[in-house]
Amino acid sequence: MAYARAVVRVGVEKRNRWRMRLEERIVRTLLFLCALVGIVTTVAIVLILATESVGFFEQVSLVEFLTGTVWTPTFANPSFGVLPLVTGTFLTTAIAMAVSGPVGLLTAIYLSEYASPRVRRVVKPTLEVLAGIPTVVYGYFALTFLTPLLQRFIPALEGFNALSAGLVMGIMILPTVASLSEDALYAVPNSLRYASLALGATRFQTVWGVVVPAAMSGISASFLLGISRAVGETMIVAIAAGQQPTFTFNPLRAIETMTAFIVRITMGDIPHGTVEYRTIFAVGLLLFLITLALNLASEAIRQRYKGARL
Amino acid sequence: MIRIESRPEWRRREHRREQLFQLVGAAIVLFALTTLTVLLVKIFLDGYTRLSPEFLSNFPSRRPDEAGIKAALVGSFYLLLLTAALAIPIGVGAAIYLEEFAKRNWFTRLVEINITNLAGVPSIIYGLLGLQVFVRTLSMDRSLLAGACTMALLALPVIITAAREGLRTVPNSLRYGSLALGATQWQTVRYTVLPVALPAILTGVILSLSRVVGETAPLLVIGAVVYISKLPDGLCSPFTVLPVQIYDWTTRPQKAFQENAAAGIIVLLMLLLAMNAAAIYLRNRYQKRLAL
Repeated sequence: MAYARAVVRVGVEKRNRWRMRLEERIVRTLLFLCALVGIVTTVAIVLILATESVGFFEQVSLVEFLTGTVWTPTFANPSFGVLPLVTGTFLTTAIAMAVSGPVGLLTAIYLSEYASPRVRRVVKPTLEVLAGIPTVVYGYFALTFLTPLLQRFIPALEGFNALSAGLVMGIMILPTVASLSEDALYAVPNSLRYASLALGATRFQTVWGVVVPAAMSGISASFLLGISRAVGETMIVAIAAGQQPTFTFNPLRAIETMTAFIVRITMGDIPHGTVEYRTIFAVGLLLFLITLALNLASEAIRQRYKGARL
Repeated sequence: MIRIESRPEWRRREHRREQLFQLVGAAIVLFALTTLTVLLVKIFLDGYTRLSPEFLSNFPSRRPDEAGIKAALVGSFYLLLLTAALAIPIGVGAAIYLEEFAKRNWFTRLVEINITNLAGVPSIIYGLLGLQVFVRTLSMDRSLLAGACTMALLALPVIITAAREGLRTVPNSLRYGSLALGATQWQTVRYTVLPVALPAILTGVILSLSRVVGETAPLLVIGAVVYISKLPDGLCSPFTVLPVQIYDWTTRPQKAFQENAAAGIIVLLMLLLAMNAAAIYLRNRYQKRLAL
């Protein structure tokens, strides 16, 4: 009797163990598939942008696309020079970085080297809130507040313009640049600061002569990421910068960025399979490549500086 | 005789420079605070007159004073739920795989680099992806489901990163303890690691999903319908969301519609505030538990 029960128990245990192993296998496979979704997404993005762009470049020459200065893909007599969109994007990005670069860096330095804990407790949440505000809200702010305000001082400013869109975008990117730069400054070991101060340097000299140079790679990585965010930003420019592809570097005029163009075309009813429809993928591919290059460069710099940490 | 000057010229200059920088720092702090205040005050002043129960319960209308955000609000809510249902299991699953199961090899590194890069892809590119894959190829049309799938892909990198950070807060001693008692790896994760990490994971996930609520561009691309006069009644219904409605009103020339946009923004910000408050509440509770 006891023997029989033992045999049964061993059988149950064996079956349990077998079931456990099976469950382990299934779960592991499922989790692996979850991790694979990211790879599939990347492949899908590249594939879609590439295949539609190939269709586009069968009808439009690559040289015309990259060097033409007139962008009128929806006209009866279309012209496919992407440069106006590129300069539009460049213009808003440059203005945004002119704000978020210096202000972000100074904020980071102030927070990590000077500010009292009390100031930090106020500023850090403020930056977090700024980072959490949806971009459509920033767009509303740029169009209905900043543009009318600036028009009082600059009468030549058009109702849609690169300037106020760029400025507001700078505020949007500020938290990114500030917090990543602060991380870089924070990673500089205190021994460097002490050594500099012990040699008789003032705090100002220590910050600008020792700490900032030591954190330079991290700071440039944060700038690159900021640029990448600005290039890919859509709503602010679609609302406040206009939808008028103009080949200009004048920030007072209405322009169109690559992202705003994609929004304009997809909001209309362009039939699938036409050249007009394919333009958004060609422009999307260009946008993807630019941001990818910026992100990779930023990541590479950050990795190198991680290895070089003292 | 050596004369020691009490405060040489360079010393004073340095002192002035130091003070100047303190001033610059204070100015910059003020800049961030002022900008935020001006933005919030401006939007509140523009929009508060339009806030009323009817504004929440009316459908969009050609007359601005009769237009409301019912469809947009309900659409946002459905989209959030559906996106969460798709993205949380996959995201947390991927995080568990990477933190608890994966061996350190080239493939794992590839997956990690890939997630970092996906987080940097502009949201509008996800819109193009959704348009081509979900709307066209899988012919979901401009439906709630297509929107949720697109947003889930967009939220995935952030959710994975947040969930991994949550899992990392669990001390290894707990894992070793469970494994030493003979539990398998999955049992360890399921009964020991996940319960401990859950609040931290949830905090991160809620914060990532609050981004989905404010996202506009990809939904414009895949075609969230702006003018809609009935609530979505299934996965395949057309839909609109709050940010898209705000975008539509903002871009209209009439001032009255822009006031509607401001009122919509107030509601949107309230919604985000509530989600963030929930995340902070969870974080605080979790911190207390860790102190035990």
